[in-house]
Amino acid sequence: MELAAIQTRVGAVHPDALVPTDEGAAYLSMTPEHWADVAQLLRSDEELRFNVLMCLTGYDRGPGEPLGVAYNLHSMDKLHKLEVRIEVPRDGGKIPSVAQIWRTAEWHEREAYDLFGITFVGHPDLRRILLPEDWEGYPLRKDYKEPDYYRGIPVPKDKRGWE
Amino acid sequence: MAVSLVNRFEQDNIIVEQIDNLLNWARAGSPWYFQFGLACCAIEMMAAAAPRYDLERFGAMPRSSPRQADVMIVAGTVTLKMATRVKRLYEQMANPKYVISMGSCANSGGPYWQYGYHVLKGVDLVVPVDVYVPGCPPRPEALMQGLLELQKKIKEDTPLRRVS
Repeated sequence: MELAAIQTRVGAVHPDALVPTDEGAAYLSMTPEHWADVAQLLRSDEELRFNVLMCLTGYDRGPGEPLGVAYNLHSMDKLHKLEVRIEVPRDGGKIPSVAQIWRTAEWHEREAYDLFGITFVGHPDLRRILLPEDWEGYPLRKDYKEPDYYRGIPVPKDKRGWE
Repeated sequence: MAVSLVNRFEQDNIIVEQIDNLLNWARAGSPWYFQFGLACCAIEMMAAAAPRYDLERFGAMPRSSPRQADVMIVAGTVTLKMATRVKRLYEQMANPKYVISMGSCANSGGPYWQYGYHVLKGVDLVVPVDVYVPGCPPRPEALMQGLLELQKKIKEDTPLRRVS
C-alpha cells in the first residue's frame, strides 16, 4: 500500500489521530493520545499488517520546538513501509509505549528516554539504557549542557597550555 | 634481559646477583596483561596478541582476572560510565601494577575531546599511566614498542627500596 492509502485506512478508523503534514511529506504525523490504538491497528489490520518495527528514533528540532519520535514500520507480509512521527512538548512529554505490540520498541524506547527524556507510558521497564543511572539530563537534546564533573571526574577537556 | 651479574661460578649453576635486579628481570620478563578491550584499539591489541605479532614472546600473556594481571592495557575509548569500572578494576590488581594507555582516546579523549559529553578525556584522570601509546588506533608494532618501553621502566625500578 502507498502512503496515501495507508493514511486513508488509518483515518477511517481513527480520524482524530492524524495530524496534517506538509505536502510531499513521506510520513504520517500522529497525536500521542491515540497512538496505542493506532499502533494496534497498524499491526493487526488485514490490509496493513505492519509486523516489524525496524527502528524507533528520537529527535529534537531545537530549543522551543517539540521533541519527537519517528517509528519506521515494515510489513513482511505486504512488503510495504511506513514512517510515523509523534511530537510532544519538551517538558513532560508522554507517548504511549508500543513495547507490547512490537518487542523491538522496548529497548528503543529506553534509548529515546535515556537520551531525549521522552516518557513512554506503559513501558515495562523504563530505565536509562546507555548512560549511567545517576546521570543528569538528556544529552541529545539540543539545549543540553555537559556537566563539569561526573562523580568527581572532570568532564570537559582541560585545554590549558594549548589554547 | 640485561642482568648485570655480580658474580658467576663456573660450577653448580650458582650466580650472585642484586635482589633488585633479579626481581626486575623476572617481572619485566612476564608482564601479564589484563585482558579487556574498550573499542577498536582492542582489535589491534588482539592482533598484537595473535600469532603474527605474538606478544607472548615478550612474556606478555592475557589474563582474565585483575588479580592475576600485572599490566592493564587500556585499549579504547573510556566512557565516563566505564571510567568508574576501570578505576575499580585497577584497584583490584595486585601491586606492583602498571598501566599502558593505548590509542588517542585513552590518552586524551581522542576525537571526542570537544563534544564527547560521555567520554573521559584521558584515562590518566582516573588511573596512573606508565606508558602512552599514540595512534588511532596504534598498529600492533606500536603496542609492542609500548610494552618494551614498559619493560625498560620495570627494569629501572627498585622494588625493595620503594617507599609507598
